[in-house]
Amino acid sequence: MRSLLIVGGLAAALVTGTAAWAAGPRDDILAALAAQAKAEQPAFTGFDAARGKTFFQSAHSGGKPDTPSCTTCHGMDPRQPGQTRAGKSIEPMAVSQQPTRFTDQEKIDKWFERNCSSVLGRACTAVEKGDFITYLSQQ
Amino acid sequence: MSFFRSFTFASLLMAGTGLLFPAASFAGDHHGSRGDDDDRVPPVTDPLTRQECGACHMPFPAALMPAASWQAVMGDLSNHFGEDASLPPAKVTAITDYLTRNAGRGSLSTGAPLTRISEQGWWVREHRNEVSPRQWEQVGSKANCKACHKGAEQGDFER
Ligand code: HEC
Ligand code: HEC
Ligand code: HEC
Repeated sequence: MRSLLIVGGLAAALVTGTAAWAAGPRDDILAALAAQAKAEQPAFTGFDAARGKTFFQSAHSGGKPDTPSCTTCHGMDPRQPGQTRAGKSIEPMAVSQQPTRFTDQEKIDKWFERNCSSVLGRACTAVEKGDFITYLSQQ
Repeated sequence: MSFFRSFTFASLLMAGTGLLFPAASFAGDHHGSRGDDDDRVPPVTDPLTRQECGACHMPFPAALMPAASWQAVMGDLSNHFGEDASLPPAKVTAITDYLTRNAGRGSLSTGAPLTRISEQGWWVREHRNEVSPRQWEQVGSKANCKACHKGAEQGDFER
């Protein structure tokens, strides 16, 4: 009985360990964005999921006419798949549905660069990026 | 054998004077007695091109447009049919190299190169009387080849 408990405890520790490892890259990415945000805006106090949701769902101006919003391709409900303008399905953005989201720095940089340019006609700020990832991590 | 057939297709792309004209190969007997893969277009094999040019639509086979068209597409990725699809210069160079090396032959003698497959003369002819306006509306985009050609990513455009 006792050894069973130990084994159970060990397994739990291993599982926790794995989970922490899996969340690692995203936490590191958010930490780096937070440092950047602080540099951009001294009043910055932390990322905000509600602000991220508004940013995700709003229609913006300044970008290309066919892509007014992140939801143009990713859809209003981030737990559902989205669709590109050429009709290809996009995996859900919600981390609960797609745990590998926001864990690959190169991929994140590439798509923020493109999509912020298409939707906003400019680069996204560190605050916008961090809010966006924070919102979708909780979805 | 399938290489030979692919090669045959590629050489058909060269047919016609100056114009890309694979329609000749589709004109009559493609539902007839010839084997299934007669009209196969070699699919994209380069892993980088597959990945980067397959993110928003299927990776379009290089043989479906002439090199000048691919160059025009690759030269303006930040204004890519209404979107920013930009890539770092090293990737742009590598992909342009792959696409132009495997491109269909022929170039337009006048004017700027057509940057869409769906604007090429053979494509327009091939689809003109085959698809109703309602069907186009349903698939949303002419670039959504896979909606109608299930085997498109394997290079099979028969239906
Ligand atoms: C024109 C269509 C389109 C629009 C509009 C769009 N996206 Fe995307 N986005 C994509 C595609 C396609 C991918 C890559 C496919 C995938 O990751 O499943 C992607 C991926 C991403 C990724 C990478 C996710 C990851 O797994 O790391 C981020 C970040 C992103 N988009 C942010 C945004 C933001 C922010 C907006 C709004 C400002 C936006 N997108 C608007 C099409 C779009
Ligand atoms: C960010 C998304 C995205 C990426 C990445 C992308 N494309 Fe596109 N592409 C599009 C959209 C959107 C269209 C237009 C669809 C429409 O008109 O309905 C398009 C259309 C095309 C067309 C014309 C299709 C037709 O109508 O015949 C070609 C050719 C093309 N893309 C080539 C490429 C190549 C080569 C790459 C890789 C360097 C690439 N695309 C990467 C979004 C993308
Ligand atoms: C709305 C449906 C639809 C879409 C989308 C579509 N096609 Fe087609 N295509 C057809 C039909 C119908 C035919 C004629 C029937 C046939 O010959 O197989 C055809 C014929 C063809 C042929 C000749 C095939 C043959 O064996 O005769 C080629 C090649 C082709 N299409 C390529 C494309 C490419 C490349 C795209 C995307 C850029 C595309 N099609 C998008 C419906 C479609």
